Amino acid sequence: MAGEPLIRLRGLRKSFGGLEVLKGISLDVQAGEVVSVIGASGSGKSTFLRCVNVLEMPSAGTMAFEDFAFDFEEGARRRPTAAQLRALRSRIGMVFQSYNLWPHMTVLENVVEAPIRVKGVPKAEAIAEAEALLARIGLAEKRHAYPARLSGGQQQRVAIVRALAMRPKLMLFDEVTSALDPELVGEVLSLMASLAAEGMTMLLVTHEIGFAREVSTRTLFFDGGVIAEDGPPREVLRDPKSDRLRQFLKRVLHEHAGDAAPVVPLGLAGELAGEP
Amino acid sequence: MIGEWWAGFAPYVPGFLGASWLVLVLTLLSILVSWICGLAAALAKASRFAVLRRASGFYIWFIRGTPALIQIFIVYFGLPQFGLRLSPFVAGVLALGINGGAYIAEIVRAGLSAIPKGQLESAEALGMGRLHMMSRIILPQVFRVILPPVTNEAITMLKNTSLLSVITVVELTLYSQTIIATTFRPFEFYIATAVIYLAMTTILSQAAARLERHYARYS
Repeated sequence: MAGEPLIRLRGLRKSFGGLEVLKGISLDVQAGEVVSVIGASGSGKSTFLRCVNVLEMPSAGTMAFEDFAFDFEEGARRRPTAAQLRALRSRIGMVFQSYNLWPHMTVLENVVEAPIRVKGVPKAEAIAEAEALLARIGLAEKRHAYPARLSGGQQQRVAIVRALAMRPKLMLFDEVTSALDPELVGEVLSLMASLAAEGMTMLLVTHEIGFAREVSTRTLFFDGGVIAEDGPPREVLRDPKSDRLRQFLKRVLHEHAGDAAPVVPLGLAGELAGEP
Repeated sequence: MIGEWWAGFAPYVPGFLGASWLVLVLTLLSILVSWICGLAAALAKASRFAVLRRASGFYIWFIRGTPALIQIFIVYFGLPQFGLRLSPFVAGVLALGINGGAYIAEIVRAGLSAIPKGQLESAEALGMGRLHMMSRIILPQVFRVILPPVTNEAITMLKNTSLLSVITVVELTLYSQTIIATTFRPFEFYIATAVIYLAMTTILSQAAARLERHYARYS
């Protein structure tokens, strides 16, 4: 845990109108860490993730990531410019709950669009790389299909590949299995698990408590806009320090206990399907 | 009998062709003006400035709530009172364009709001700029959504050019009226005129249907 963190956040705040959703988040993430973020809806965990690649501009706080150093305070000199934000986002991949593939482009076109037009990768090279990535997730033969022809699980895996094609330093996952049918959750989780195993730095907001326990190296529990607990997943999830986390886990695990057992990677059973 | 009918009709074929050509030119130019007005109004409606939003709202409300014929009269007969004397052709294109713009504005606004927010977000998250997102991600999808109503608008525009007969633009309708005034054969010539309009609108809607099928491949 020594050395410069990949990303350093200090005192991150975010308000929507009069409502303060993030109340000062400070966090260092080292390269290679897989950080799972859990918490009730409204706890600010998704907003937090969206602040990391500044899809939401934080109201206050600072961020250091590679050669970027931002101060989000209104009127601050180091407030990010539009060009800096584009550069930042081209190095941080994000995957969404609703996949958000572009329906008018084929799978391959979805994957190569940003590498070619944002990063300026030569077309032939981008296509070769995209095809290799698609082959890795077993969707090579779907490369000329439109997203509507794919299952939800396939679409979400393509969305992950689309983000990976930019060769990001950090990947953000925002409840990426929550919109999937239970039987399709496994294929997405196992792709994420293999990314984690390869050393990709990841921040993932999830309801998959079992996945968080098995795959992440660190778990954050968000409560009321602050990080209420932070530690190795086995400690945080097995022995919650707070009543709030204990209640939260009880609720989440109870809700999922009745679900039909899906196909699960890595021997995870039980708490799998996401909340709607 | 058909030979006799054709003998009476044949001398006017070049005139009909010319008048039909004028209909196409009027339609094309009016559509052009309507897109300029429509895009401006759609942008104004989404603007941060309340003044622009109000102006756009008023424009759409006024145009959609009054007859196109009155709007044409205002431009052609009304504006000269303020020293703005336009030729029938220019006044006609302008009036029809302004009229169509109000409908285009609503179509474009609806088209933009039909694209889920996530489409923009995923593009933004990959580092795309505004222009890139608009041109590659949003507009191609909007175009597909609005194709059917835009086609309807084009057909309406083509038919509305006949209103310009009342301000002495010798397009198809006024041309056939002038012939009827000398031949006293209103039934034949109005039917012939209708058939020509029908041919033009049919070609237009067939072309649009073909485009729609082309875009249906990804839904």
